[in-house]
Amino acid sequence: MIDRQKEAYREEAAELLAELEVSLLELEQRPDDTELIGRVFRVLHTIKGSGAMFGFDDIASFTHDLETAFDEVREGRVAATPELVGITLSARDHIQALLRASAGGEAVEPEAGQRILERLRRVIPVPEPSTEPAAAAGPEPVEGKPEQPTSYRVRFEPEADILLTGTNPILLLKEMESMGDYSVIAHLERIPELEEFDCERCYAYWDVVLTTAMGENSLRDVFIFVEDRAKIDIRTVSRASLEEHRRLGELLVERGDIGAEELDRVLDGIPRIGEALIDAGLVTADKVHAAVLEQQHLDAVREKRKKAEAAATLRVPAAKLDTLMNIVGELVTVQARLSGYTVTCGDAEIGFIAEEVERLTEMLRENTMSIRMLPIGETFNRFKRLVRDLSSELGKKVDLVTEGNETELDKGVIEQLNDPLVHLIRNSIDHGIEPPEARRAAGKHETGTIQLSACHAGAHVLIRISDDGAGLNRDAIRARAIERGLISADAALSESQIDGLIFAPGFSTAERVTEVSGRGVGMDVVQRSMDALRATLTVASTTGQGTSIALKIPLTLAIIDGLLVEAGGDYFVLPLSNILECIELVRESQSEAARRSLVTVRDELVPYIVLRDRFAITGEPPRIEQVIIADTHDGKCGFVVDRVIGDHHTVVKKLGSLYRHIDEVSGATILGDGTVALILDPDKLSASVLREAVQ
Amino acid sequence: MAKTIMTVDDSTSVRQLVGFTLREAGYEVIEAVDGRDALRRMKGPIHLVVTDINMPGMDGIELVKSIRATPEYKYTPVVMLTTESLESKKQEGKAAGATAWIVKPFTPEQLLGVLKKVLG
Repeated sequence: MIDRQKEAYREEAAELLAELEVSLLELEQRPDDTELIGRVFRVLHTIKGSGAMFGFDDIASFTHDLETAFDEVREGRVAATPELVGITLSARDHIQALLRASAGGEAVEPEAGQRILERLRRVIPVPEPSTEPAAAAGPEPVEGKPEQPTSYRVRFEPEADILLTGTNPILLLKEMESMGDYSVIAHLERIPELEEFDCERCYAYWDVVLTTAMGENSLRDVFIFVEDRAKIDIRTVSRASLEEHRRLGELLVERGDIGAEELDRVLDGIPRIGEALIDAGLVTADKVHAAVLEQQHLDAVREKRKKAEAAATLRVPAAKLDTLMNIVGELVTVQARLSGYTVTCGDAEIGFIAEEVERLTEMLRENTMSIRMLPIGETFNRFKRLVRDLSSELGKKVDLVTEGNETELDKGVIEQLNDPLVHLIRNSIDHGIEPPEARRAAGKHETGTIQLSACHAGAHVLIRISDDGAGLNRDAIRARAIERGLISADAALSESQIDGLIFAPGFSTAERVTEVSGRGVGMDVVQRSMDALRATLTVASTTGQGTSIALKIPLTLAIIDGLLVEAGGDYFVLPLSNILECIELVRESQSEAARRSLVTVRDELVPYIVLRDRFAITGEPPRIEQVIIADTHDGKCGFVVDRVIGDHHTVVKKLGSLYRHIDEVSGATILGDGTVALILDPDKLSASVLREAVQ
Repeated sequence: MAKTIMTVDDSTSVRQLVGFTLREAGYEVIEAVDGRDALRRMKGPIHLVVTDINMPGMDGIELVKSIRATPEYKYTPVVMLTTESLESKKQEGKAAGATAWIVKPFTPEQLLGVLKKVLG
């Protein structure tokens, strides 16, 4: 990759140098043309900036002074004299020479560059190159220096208009949460009455108590981009607080919310310090609350330290977890029913309780799911043996490198991943990695490498299997696909389309059937298991350099976020992860397009499928129908329904074996009132309609 | 659904690097060559914009101002790519409403670190 990047930079720089030359020559004619000066500056700026990005340090540092010089010109402090233009032209030639040298051309003597820069300095007093280190390039990776866990109290008071800079204060709080033991309280006293409330302003501020071993600098880094848009106060909580239980009053004094004398005055003969202080109007309830929270936090941290010696994990039979998940699933269903009832009965008291239940159910659901999460490393490690045995059997030398072992995935998903991964690794060893002699001949190391990596990407986990073997043989794939009748002989396919063919049913490129990966079942097995996981498969291959296969897998299968819709009294759920937007459709007002089942969305024609037609639902559709625009394998596709009901935490139930063959329906769920709703698979649904249309 | 990020840079090589890094990390990427091009391509959900400051046509500062003036993208985080020699530009960018900034040269890891910070 990096070589390709360097090549891209060289090409770009060559173009920029050509542009620079033209601009300079024009500038000589019209030295006052600010647009020209701007263009020269920008070219130099890009050559420098991008050069540094791709490791062309000599070019970057040489261009730096020129850029500074033209910044002076741009600011009008120096004129673009013919002499300056002349120097810049020779500098341009020097940069070109440096570029050629980097591509394996003739080396450039460093003095040549120095001489040009000296000439430049004589014309323009370029400020001495600053010796200051470059400003922080975003948060630096935290050094793995093990620090003693320290408790900090942080007050984070963003300015009211912080939202208008695209900053989400909650994310900063979450970042702190991920650093260690964390307690937070929001101060809400500045939130005005509804009439004065402006939802674009941030009125709240937060007190956080954080116990972390990552050090104060990491904590300050959290706020690196908001330093001048927020008041940030970070203080270390005294060590004493961690040693013994602190009295509330002491904490309030230490936090600077109240003076010691005021405290003493109030303390006289009053039982509950916190309430008394509030009554006396010395502190607000929130402030006391924050201190109480700190007290509790410190107690908890102390407690945790004590318990740390005792074993912290518990072994539980997996079946118990499955049962728990099922019960949580039922609970989610019942809770949906409760919420549904609340809306219709209109009793505010019940509404309040229902909201509480909803919140707790959500927490329970997330917690239960997190219990089911396992690191993938164990599965990865099992493949070490497989690789070892298989490679020696085939007389190849292969190393397995794993990365991201700590990435967590749902237990069920991990179990279903095992077989496809075995298949892909076998395939890499068998077809990807060349025998040692061939590798030597190709100038590679005798031992091939298979890399297995996992990482989180949004609501998905990316698993990548890459080898440094020969890459896919596209001619062979194409020939085989034609032979198998998968594509027509004259089909015009892109490289990635050809690569994708290896997952087509009934495909196998092995020239001989090997023990290892050619038992008649091809990679389509992998494709099928990925479909079952609602995962996507992508292949990237470079001839001679290797193949990389990426699996993008949703985090969990048991409960998905769906959109509940209705058509003719029947309910359906579409996975929210596929949905782009919902729009209205008045079919009678449609003319030509309607007959072709197309709808215009933001100047784009999108085909749609009418669920009523597809599932033979009788009756009259409403005048205004809804189209759910979803992202499918075949591009955007609309699904026409009567009504959109809303978000639905969908507990996925498998269909009975009688209905297993129905591809378009991936499962079912039970709604709050006991009705069954089918969960649709937008990919399959659009594909099947497409298939029928072709036939 | 994968988050969509727009990368705006007149330098092809930087745009490629940023695009490649982001796609590898599982983001959808829209590329634009300058501010005007970026505004033209702003349709549908865009969760973050990574923009260079110095560009022909419309520069990064103007772009941030325009984004902040568009109701749909008012709160979209904007990360600016700067060089240390442009401290004043960085201040201008902040004043215009940039969310965060990265100093060139940066590594893919640094870029992803900053994105994680402003995008969660």
